[in-house]
Amino acid sequence: MASVDIRGVEKQFGATKVIHGIDVSIADEEFVVLVGPSGCGKSTLLRMIAGLEEITAGEISIGGKVVNNVAPKDRDIAMVFQNYALYPHMTVRENMAFSLKLRKAAKSFIDERVNRAADILGLQPYLDRYPRQLSGGQRQRVAMGRAIVRDPQVFLFDEPLSNLDAKLRVQMRTEIKALHQRLRTTSVYVTHDQVEAMTMADRIVVMHDGIVEQVGTPLDLYDHPVNTFVAGFIGSPAMNFVSGTLRRSGGDAHVEAAGGVKLPVPGSIGGADGQGVVFGVRPEHLDLASDGAGVSAKVIVVEPTGADTQVFADVAGTQISAVFSERHAFKPDQMIRFQPRPDSVHLFDAASGRHL
Amino acid sequence: MAVALGRQAAPRRSFVELLDDRRVLSVLCMLPAVGLLVTFLAYPLGLGVWLGFTDTKIGRPGVFIGIDNYISLFDDSVFLLSVYNTLVYTIVATILKFGLGLWLALLLNNSMPFKAFIRAIVLLPYIIPTVLSALAFWWMYDPQFSVISYVLSKMGLIDRYVDFLGQPNAARASVIAANVWRGIPFVAICLLAGLQTISPSLYEAAALDGANPWQRFRNVTVPMLMPILSVVLTFSVLFTFTDFQLIYAITRGGPLNATHLMATLAFQRAIPGGQMGEGAAIATAMIPFLVFATVFSYYGLQRRKWQQGSADD
Repeated sequence: MASVDIRGVEKQFGATKVIHGIDVSIADEEFVVLVGPSGCGKSTLLRMIAGLEEITAGEISIGGKVVNNVAPKDRDIAMVFQNYALYPHMTVRENMAFSLKLRKAAKSFIDERVNRAADILGLQPYLDRYPRQLSGGQRQRVAMGRAIVRDPQVFLFDEPLSNLDAKLRVQMRTEIKALHQRLRTTSVYVTHDQVEAMTMADRIVVMHDGIVEQVGTPLDLYDHPVNTFVAGFIGSPAMNFVSGTLRRSGGDAHVEAAGGVKLPVPGSIGGADGQGVVFGVRPEHLDLASDGAGVSAKVIVVEPTGADTQVFADVAGTQISAVFSERHAFKPDQMIRFQPRPDSVHLFDAASGRHL
Repeated sequence: MAVALGRQAAPRRSFVELLDDRRVLSVLCMLPAVGLLVTFLAYPLGLGVWLGFTDTKIGRPGVFIGIDNYISLFDDSVFLLSVYNTLVYTIVATILKFGLGLWLALLLNNSMPFKAFIRAIVLLPYIIPTVLSALAFWWMYDPQFSVISYVLSKMGLIDRYVDFLGQPNAARASVIAANVWRGIPFVAICLLAGLQTISPSLYEAAALDGANPWQRFRNVTVPMLMPILSVVLTFSVLFTFTDFQLIYAITRGGPLNATHLMATLAFQRAIPGGQMGEGAAIATAMIPFLVFATVFSYYGLQRRKWQQGSADD
């Protein structure tokens, strides 16, 4: 097991620069998730760690050793691919044994390792089947088994769950996390799904357009997003944003939005009087208010999920979503009032998007 | 059709109503194709096999003589030589075509500038009419005007022009070279198509698993290519074994019958020689070889256990 250090790494495909200088340190035994929208460079970064893509500039070191010019096979890493990349002409056993066989390991050693991995992943009954004869979840397990057998320094996961159906995805998510808690191998996991990132990661690296927006623990990112991108990306349903102008009077402050809507914010919040700001509040931090308090909203759609109720409403032309753990049977076009929790609101600079 | 009609004869129905019956309609739709196949494939094949059992000559209808033609062929040294020639021609040309074709396909599978253009050029030997390219080879093999001999002598490698088509083994090698030149594009393009179906992530997984380029080729490329390889091999063997045009245009079977294949000998005996029955018997004698080659390469190589099961990836 080893740490992974990424220092000033850049990547260019022809004339197009896709990664603009990334610095991330991944500690030994840590489970780090790279998350971001499609095209943010997260898979490219992972492939550079694996050695499948060349590093244009900067350094990547694994276990303290710079690996820029080390071949993938000599980096002592194992990767789980999105499409599993199982060898279709080999049985599950042969798939898992392949890397050890190439290293000319003793037969008894290979058998022991394969059986151990099969026990961990519940693959014993399928060892003599071919990948085609397995379900998606089973293939995913074989792909992980192939990684476990190697006992590598680092596990790399490239969107391993995106080919699975929703229910299986949740199940495998838990399995991968449990596996990491058991094996403690340093893991780097790429996904575009922020729920996966939140639930699995020790630390999350949020990427966007080839740069790192923020690095932190899941709850850190949830509570203290540094900018509107992270705030909007982390959390589901996404954070509500309302543009407006910050107004201060004495010790109080509020954001004046379009249509004369006044959104109260704590006086202690950053930002100058008259500054253009974006007001952000998560759907779960909105409460219902009685007449006179909060802001008025017109209900558009109500989506009960059983566990909670999600309400989409129109506040002076901006669509706002709110989640309540109580059950509400609002009708469309009904007027209700939202009250944001003062200690859970965020203010961002309108121009730069940075948190104030 | 008679069965289908007979069963429904009781209530009288119009022709249009009959078309609503799926069985009637399907038979009707198949009729044109069946007619064409019977007229242009089954009938000539049957006629050929039948002629092989007769002593038909041009201008004289023959009578059934059983297997006399085949018995005399077994003592016919020219026929036995043609069998030997055909086997050598097929085996050597196929090995070369597949070796070079696979090599070419692997080269073309790399990313390079003007990829589509280069791939189109590779197909050129295949789109030139066979007889035209055969004539070009004939000229290149000419004892006096051979461009190959000219270049070699100018380079100082030989001091006498090569007699490509005058000596039996040289002639065999020359026609094989022409066949290989013509057959490579088919093999290369088919195998290239096969190579492109192999997921790049398999190579990446193998590279991470510690496989060097040769091990990746052995453990990923070859097994994944086997299914298409077997089909291409079957077709290539069939085309090579039955080759006629190249030989007939370049050597006409000479010298001393050294390049006579079964197909050219059959034609030689039947049409210019007038011995229709004997020619047909030679042609018919090719069938067992072809059936064997087809069965061997098709069932021996094609469907593997790992290809069975659900098809979703």
